[in-house]
Amino acid sequence: MKKFTATFLMFLLSLQLFAQGSGSTISDSLYASDKIYVVVTCVLVILLGLLFFLFTIEKRLKKLEKK
Amino acid sequence: MYKNWWKVLGAILVIYSTVAGFLMKTPELPIIRESIRNLYFHVPMWFSMIVLFSISVFYSIKSLRSNDPADDIKAVESVNAGVIFGLLGIVTGAIWAKFTWGQAWSFDVKQNFAAIAILLYFAYLVLRNAIDEEQKRAKISAIYNIFAFPIMVVLLFVLPRLSDSLHPGNGGNPGFNAYDLDSRMRMVFYPACLGWILIGCWIYNLLYRLRDLERNKLSK
Repeated sequence: MKKFTATFLMFLLSLQLFAQGSGSTISDSLYASDKIYVVVTCVLVILLGLLFFLFTIEKRLKKLEKK
Repeated sequence: MYKNWWKVLGAILVIYSTVAGFLMKTPELPIIRESIRNLYFHVPMWFSMIVLFSISVFYSIKSLRSNDPADDIKAVESVNAGVIFGLLGIVTGAIWAKFTWGQAWSFDVKQNFAAIAILLYFAYLVLRNAIDEEQKRAKISAIYNIFAFPIMVVLLFVLPRLSDSLHPGNGGNPGFNAYDLDSRMRMVFYPACLGWILIGCWIYNLLYRLRDLERNKLSK
């Protein structure tokens, strides 16, 4: 009986440990890997797209100036 | 249209929304996490595309009434500017999807129909180039444009809602405003939309003036 309660208590202890561990990994991953670089890439794509477009305007203007 | 204050306003709003978009606090969300900030960049692309296409329809109708080639050019150049924003919207959407849905192109209804909507406008530009006679080109393309606009609206906003989609606001998913567009995000999101719309109108303005110059040079 004593052994049984001891095991049960150990089990409870481990459960508690497990709960703590999983809680911290959730908050860790929330703050650690933020996917912020997805936003950075998208902003870069928009900037590059608009800059590329600027060059097409430049090309058309140059043609006009040559005439 | 040639005054500058709205261009400055657009620039200030876009700068503000970019800085605040990266620095302001956002709600903590699973899976999407910090990439929720893409809302300030991906969504305004589509809004400015729709505004530019509406300008185009307005001038298409006007050109049918007036037969003025200037209205026809306004209609084309706003489509040209709108297509740029549509392409940027679809590319940023694919990047966002890659990291939140798992695949850049998962053949989601929203993605497919958005691609078809842009192809619809590519067809408009191709159709124009296929017709040599100026008046005929203006008429046929104006009519095509008037029909393409409602189809684009249906493709983007009606059909995706009727079937399953991962995109927020479609297929039974709540729109962003339902669960995470809180008041802090609105402070950035609305200025971002207005700012990008103004930048889009500026680009259209530049394209129109350039085309107008080209036309005048040719006729001389």
